Amino acid sequence: MEIIWYIIIAVILTVFFILDGYDFGTGIIHLFFAKTDKDKEVISKAAGLFWDSNEVWLVAAGGLLFMAFPTFYASVFSGFYLPLIIVLWLIIFRALGLELRSQINHSIWKTIWDKAFGVSSLLLALFFGIALGNVARGVNLGGVEYGMSAYEPHYFFLPLWDSSFSPSTTHPGVIDWFTIVIGIIAVVTLAIHGANWILVKTNASINNHLKTVIFRLNIALAILTVFSLSIWHIVEPHPLANYLEYPLFLVFPLVYFIGLIGMFFIKKLKKEVHGFIFSSLIITGGVTSTLATMFPVLLPSTNNLNPDLTIYNTATSTYGLSVAIPWMIIGGILIVAYFIIQKKLNKGKIDDREYGH
Amino acid sequence: MEDMIFYDRLQFAFTITFHYIFPQLTMGLSLIILFFKGYYLKSNKEIYNDAAKFFMKIFAINFTMGVITGIPMEFQFGTNWAKFSELTGGIIGQTLAMEGTFSFFLESSFLALFIFGEKIMGQKLHFLTGFFVFLGSWASGYLILATNAWMQHPVGYEILENGKFVLTHFSQLFSNPWLLPAFLHNQMASLVTSAFVVASIGAFYLLIKKNEEHGKLFVKTGIVFGLVASLLVAFPTGDLNAKNVAKYQPAAFAAMEGIFETEHAGAEIVLIGQPNMVEKKLDNKIAVPNILSFLTYQDWNKQIIGMDHFKKSELPDNIPALYYSYHIMVGLGTIFIGIMMLSVVFLYRKKLYTFKPLLWTLLFLVPFPFIANITGWYVAELGRQPYLVYGLLKTVDGISPTVSSGNTLFTLLGFVALYMLLGLLFLILVGKTIYHGPKSLKH
Ligand code: HDD
Ligand code: HEM
Ligand code: HEM
Repeated sequence: MEIIWYIIIAVILTVFFILDGYDFGTGIIHLFFAKTDKDKEVISKAAGLFWDSNEVWLVAAGGLLFMAFPTFYASVFSGFYLPLIIVLWLIIFRALGLELRSQINHSIWKTIWDKAFGVSSLLLALFFGIALGNVARGVNLGGVEYGMSAYEPHYFFLPLWDSSFSPSTTHPGVIDWFTIVIGIIAVVTLAIHGANWILVKTNASINNHLKTVIFRLNIALAILTVFSLSIWHIVEPHPLANYLEYPLFLVFPLVYFIGLIGMFFIKKLKKEVHGFIFSSLIITGGVTSTLATMFPVLLPSTNNLNPDLTIYNTATSTYGLSVAIPWMIIGGILIVAYFIIQKKLNKGKIDDREYGH
Repeated sequence: MEDMIFYDRLQFAFTITFHYIFPQLTMGLSLIILFFKGYYLKSNKEIYNDAAKFFMKIFAINFTMGVITGIPMEFQFGTNWAKFSELTGGIIGQTLAMEGTFSFFLESSFLALFIFGEKIMGQKLHFLTGFFVFLGSWASGYLILATNAWMQHPVGYEILENGKFVLTHFSQLFSNPWLLPAFLHNQMASLVTSAFVVASIGAFYLLIKKNEEHGKLFVKTGIVFGLVASLLVAFPTGDLNAKNVAKYQPAAFAAMEGIFETEHAGAEIVLIGQPNMVEKKLDNKIAVPNILSFLTYQDWNKQIIGMDHFKKSELPDNIPALYYSYHIMVGLGTIFIGIMMLSVVFLYRKKLYTFKPLLWTLLFLVPFPFIANITGWYVAELGRQPYLVYGLLKTVDGISPTVSSGNTLFTLLGFVALYMLLGLLFLILVGKTIYHGPKSLKH
């Protein structure tokens, strides 16, 4: 039962990263590459029309996590209090940027909100990567100091950073050099993803140039990937243990590498949407491989006193998990329907049609 | 501990109050839109279709605001009320997760279809999409209220040795005796809000002499819905709620009615008075004898327990706020009924559209249903104190053990700043829509 819910939530979360991920990426590209007014307009629309329907996946993931793994939800949400609230602010700020820009037709006004959109997207991508890094690294569960827990064993609180910026101190902060690396990987990945989305959705004048950008970013991503793999053992002494035990898990890194390699052929691809599919594979592979390395652990403990949080010791009762299955099936059908409707309604490039929004 | 809980409560109160401004309008408006669309199908009068599309536009803006401000709500259970989430997540997580997965997906997909799909689908299907938007938003409300009802009156649970609540009867979450009256009352109250909004926009058009045909339709629809909903809010739904509070939360009941001392032979109903917490009495009281006993128990002489009956630790901690909130809600409810009756009389005598004082009143009445709704929630939430889960879990025991008050204060200030911008955005967007008017949607 725990495993079923783990999978459901992981899938929804991955879809969220793919969907809202392109909005973040679009924002990053907008920040650095959009020059003409027309490009700025159409690129911000490529995110502006979709961000709210993509955010529902986050709502669903959050609600389900609360229901199925309440102890984990409580521990992580209070422990990562500051970064989470900052993420909330950034989400609101991004929405403000996207929605306010077109309200007053003046160049300074537009510039302000364009920057708001771009910067918050960049920071969101960074923070989501850092979050993944934190989960992989683990935290000082129970706030152990001198062999004593300061809180109950499943609670913790992380400052934004610790002066040493090292992942292996006893009290790492949210931001250390390891999580920063993961954060940068997320930024690069989502920038690629967002650029692909712009190719799919718009006829912006920079589109040809963007293919070169994607190519270069992909080289950076490949280097970063190798680098992060070589340092992974710092946070997880036996990174391969799970893959040896469940060889099936190897599909996740495989998906990642297919996406990564496919992306190099960006200039030769026949259809723009293929590029988008490859970058979606990168995201899917990246998230699932990280989870697979840790399974069934949800949050590792960095001290020896308190045990890791796993899907088993944080789940609610079996009765609760089982009664939720029937309604989740209905929910699942609705979600699929929703997905199809969204796709149908939003076919084609945005600047090819008159859009009344 | 004391100031930790203070800031956690303040932040929750602030963010939920802001959030609730939007859903109350969405839920009621979806029904009125459905009415416009349905009437168009029957009568084939173009103006009703215009109205449906016009209000759907306002609905969409409002809905987006609901989503943006709703996400922090969902996160806050974990961030600020971690202990509460850990202990009760297995139960209220069910209803909240159901809301997050289906009501919302239902609502937003059909909203998109309604807005973009009229030409492709034909009118009957278009009506159907409107119906699903309505269903989705009311289902959202139902599931959220089921969550809240469980906190007010917990059912279907078992407490384990480690203090965790686990679910034993899923169906009891929905047959909770607290739920149905609260849900109906809440939905009728949100219908009041949206009816007043519709009437007010209509009054605005009539006063500035623009879109007058639409203006008349809006005013007429607004006040008819407004009258019916205002009546239903008071009776039977408000009354049923009051009986539930008297039955399940007698301490809260005594506090909101302002009864300091148990009266043995029939309790009076207080119309006006200021709670004096030092001398434990109401100052400047105007009251009618025996009415409260009758309203609550249909017996003029039945005893009603006063606050003297309870230990201080069992009483809500902010009695004046609770008392005032309750009297503001009920007072406004009475005024609403009065104004709506008057408007309907003028409508019936065909004088309403030209009678400026009443149009101005309708125009400026808009903030008050929002206030009534919000104070209504304050009654429910302050009355539940000092418990988070009534009778079982104290509010102090629900906060996050590791989040300090300084951090909460910091984040609270951030929310205040951002929500000010959001409010501005909302006003600009809705203002523009109203200014452009229903005719601009023609092409
Ligand atoms: C337009 C808004 C509005 C108006 C005019 C009224 N109410 Fe109300 N009331 C609400 C909006 C509301 C609400 C915000 O929707 C609440 C909060 C919880 C709920 O389910 O509905 C509520 C709760 C609520 C409660 C429950 C408090 C608790 O849970 O502890 C009672 C006893 C009443 N109401 C009674 C009344 C009565 C007797 C009214 C007579 C006119 C009345 N309300 C008018
Ligand atoms: C229906 C779903 C709701 C749920 C599940 C809910 C839940 C909660 C929780 C967990 C708290 C914090 C603990 C506490 O102080 O008791 C709280 C407090 C509060 N809520 Fe609600 N709430 C809901 C609706 C609302 C609405 C719509 C409003 C107002 C518009 C509201 C107003 C408040 C206020 C003012 C407090 C602070 C009360 C105090 O601390 O004294 N609530 N609520
Ligand atoms: C009386 C109380 C509440 C009612 C009736 C209510 C109703 C709604 C409705 C109808 C929506 C859809 C958006 C919209 O129509 O504007 C919504 C959005 C949302 N609400 Fe509330 N809400 C209430 C309180 C809360 C509370 C306490 C939470 C905390 C969990 C919450 C979380 C959310 C979230 C996450 C969303 C956005 C996504 C969604 O619609 O599911 N709401 N709410």
